[in-house]
Parts: sequence; structure tokens; C-alpha cells
Amino acid sequence: MQVNGYKPLIVAFCCNWCSYAGADLAGNNRLAYPADVKIIRVPCSCRVNPMFVLRAFQRGADGVIICGCHPGDCHYTSGNYFTRRRMSLLFSMLDYLGIERERTRVEWVSAAEGAKFAATMNDFAEKVAALGENKRLEDLRCKR
Amino acid sequence: MQKIKRDALVEKALSLLSDGTVNRVLGWKAGEFDYDITPAVFRDAESLKNDFVFSDFCGANFSKYLISETRKDEGKVLVFLKPCDTYSFNQLLTEHRFDREKVYAVGIPCEGMADISKVKAICGDGISNIECTDDKLIVTTIYEDKPYEIAAESVLAERCVTCKSKKHVAYDELIGEDGDVVESARFDEVAKLENMTADERFAFWQEQLSRCIRCNACRDVCPACTCEKCVFNNPKSGVENKAIADSFEEKMFHIIRAFHVAGRCTDCGECSRVCPQDIPLHLLNRKFIKDINELYGEYQAGAEVGSRAPLVNYTKDDCEPSEAVERRNGKDA
Repeated sequence: MQVNGYKPLIVAFCCNWCSYAGADLAGNNRLAYPADVKIIRVPCSCRVNPMFVLRAFQRGADGVIICGCHPGDCHYTSGNYFTRRRMSLLFSMLDYLGIERERTRVEWVSAAEGAKFAATMNDFAEKVAALGENKRLEDLRCKR
Repeated sequence: MQKIKRDALVEKALSLLSDGTVNRVLGWKAGEFDYDITPAVFRDAESLKNDFVFSDFCGANFSKYLISETRKDEGKVLVFLKPCDTYSFNQLLTEHRFDREKVYAVGIPCEGMADISKVKAICGDGISNIECTDDKLIVTTIYEDKPYEIAAESVLAERCVTCKSKKHVAYDELIGEDGDVVESARFDEVAKLENMTADERFAFWQEQLSRCIRCNACRDVCPACTCEKCVFNNPKSGVENKAIADSFEEKMFHIIRAFHVAGRCTDCGECSRVCPQDIPLHLLNRKFIKDINELYGEYQAGAEVGSRAPLVNYTKDDCEPSEAVERRNGKDA
């Protein structure tokens, strides 16, 4: 994924029980999604501490996406409901601090939705690439 | 400015001390200057009579001190709580941070505390004496012969201008009369920022947060920040100290600090009070409170013991993270 010669770095936190399998399915089905997306497997989307998101930005990510099971389908019954509240507040706070909205996203992708996974990643990578390099949440100490 | 006088508090403390209800008193004593009044523990009548002070600069919220104080020995501790402190008191009880049995809480009315930086803006540095009368502060400085007379109203701390409640939500005994929850304009400043463009907001926060010296005072004073191990103390994080090159680390610190107390912050305003750089930290906390109120229903942390904080709760039809900001913007339009 390149926009004006710029390749973004995207971190995707994927729930072990759904989106991670969804990514697998996308691969099995030969559905293309950008190689700039680096997947980090988490046991549940609610494992993602707001600090993980900020830390990813600090260490050079240009976009962070969190993928979890559809609400109601959580492997642990309610984890993703908590994710939903937390990330709503975190994203709203990032917006309040003037950080571009399109750099963060939460998407619900089940294990059967390989096509949705690929489409989501393509769309997200495109939006982030259009925004360009993450300048507002960078940390030069981490970019040595 | 305070309706309740120092002598009334000392008298109450002495009587509770002498009848054995409590064996020590958490109160205020004079600091180096008249405006930096310090929390202190008084164990005998003598020190109470001599050192106890109460004035417009007694802003310190004692709730957090109870955590360590109640662990020290067996007897009860007497604590004076202003209305906003009682919310923190309840919140700490909700989180089981101290033993209620070991505390004797005396609610005291509060007419709002003064902000020393507002005083200094009027009369400059070199303050040698401050006398608090009913509606005025009489400030003597070493540079002027004539003391300044400042209306107490005009130097009211930000958090007191937008006071949310004069009502005590927890106490064993009350001195004076209880007030009511106040309809305040505390979210106006947040709404103003929300209505700016993203670039303006970024510039605003960049300017504010880059002044941060990472002294951690906001964290240390916060009655909601009571973890015994804090992520910001981790020397291996690589970001435990102040960055010179850029200011991301302050942003991260302040976002995480505010997020960690989101839903538990009672909006007591201690963080902004202690900030040596005068960063309006309450605007971050209030943003979370405002969002929670708008997205998940009105919630006041500490209003009652045992209430479930919004972030450890959910409903099946909560809004999606992608909609949270739009929903708010839609409301504003």
C-alpha cells in the first residue's frame, strides 16, 4: 500500500478466537491485504490496554487497529463489551488532543470473515497512508 | 472567606481526642508560607492548639492520606472532609482502599479555596503574610508598604469556581450545615475545546503538556491513583523520565494518567492544584467524565459507596468506538 510513495506501518491487535483466525482465512483464500499490517495476537480484544495503543504509536506505528469478536460473540462472554467502552473513550480522548481520527479503529471480525478482514485492512491501510507519517504521536527516542 | 473558623475545628478535634473517640487528627499545619499549608497528623492537644491552621489555602484532599494513615496503628483517626473530599472518600471505600472503621470523618462546609497563582498574578512574588477575612484576602508583600486587599471571589481556585457539590456524601458528624449538589458549568471549557479544530486542539495541548516536568505530583496527589506499583515507575519502560527531544512522552503520561482514573475520578481537582507548571489537568479528566455522561449515562464517581464504575460495566447497545466522536459532534451541532 503506497500513497505518494509513502508506506505506512500498521499494527493490528487481533483476538485469538476470531480475527486472528479471520486473518488466516483471508490468507487461505488468497485474499490480498497490505504487508504493512503487522498482526499482534491477543487472547481477547479486551487484553489491549490503552497503553499498548500509545506505545505502538510511540514506537513508530502510523495506525493502530483492534479487531475482536462481534459483540455478543466473545469467547469470554463479555470481553469485547469492555473493549468497546474503553476504546470509545480512548479514541475520543485522542481526538480531543488533536490526533487524527483515522489512525485508530476498532473492527469486529469473526473467524469466518476472511473477506471482511482483508477488506478492512485494505481500507484502513489506504486511509492511514493518505494521512502520511504519524507526526503527532511520535517519539524520537524510539526511532533511533 | 471560610464560614467555619479554625477555633471551631480545633475545639471539635480536642473534644474527640479527649473522649477517646480518636487518637490522632489529620489536619493542616502551616508551611513555609501562609499559602503552602501542609497536611499533618496531630497526636496531642498541645500541638493541635499551637499548630493547627485553617484558611482559604487548605485545599488538600485528605482522603488519600487515609490509606497509609489507617494502616499505621489501631486507633481511629479524625479527618476533616470538605464536600468534594467526601466523594473521594466514598470512591476509596468503594475500592476497599481503607478501613472505614478506623476513620472518624467530620464534614466541614467549604466556601471555595483560593488559588495562590491567581493571588500572585495580582500582587506578584514576595508574599510575606496573608490574612483571610470573611470576603477578602489581605496580602502583604515585601515590596509594597501597603497590603493588597483582594476580593476572595476573584482568586477562587478554578475547581471551586465550577464547584460541583456543597453536599457531603459521607461523614460521621457534620459541623455547620450541609449544602446541595450544585448545577455547575464545569464542562464548558471542555466543550469549548471540542469545538475547536483538530489543529487548534493539538496546538493547545502541545503548549500545555510540553510544560510538564514529569514530577508526578498529579499522580501522587490523586485520590484515584492508588496503585502500589505504577506503570510510570518502571525504569525499563525507556520512557520513565522527561524527554527533551519531543513531547510524546508527556502526552502518553497524561493520557494514561487520565484514562486510568476515568470513571473513578470524582473531579476533586487536586491534580491541577498541585501542578507546579499550572497545566489544566482537570480538562483531561473532565473530558472523560463528560464523555461517560454523554455516552453511558450520568455518573458521579463517589456519590455513593459501591456504585459500579462505567468502565467495569457495559450494556449490549453501547455505541461503537467509531461513532463515539460523531455522536458527540452530532449533539453539538
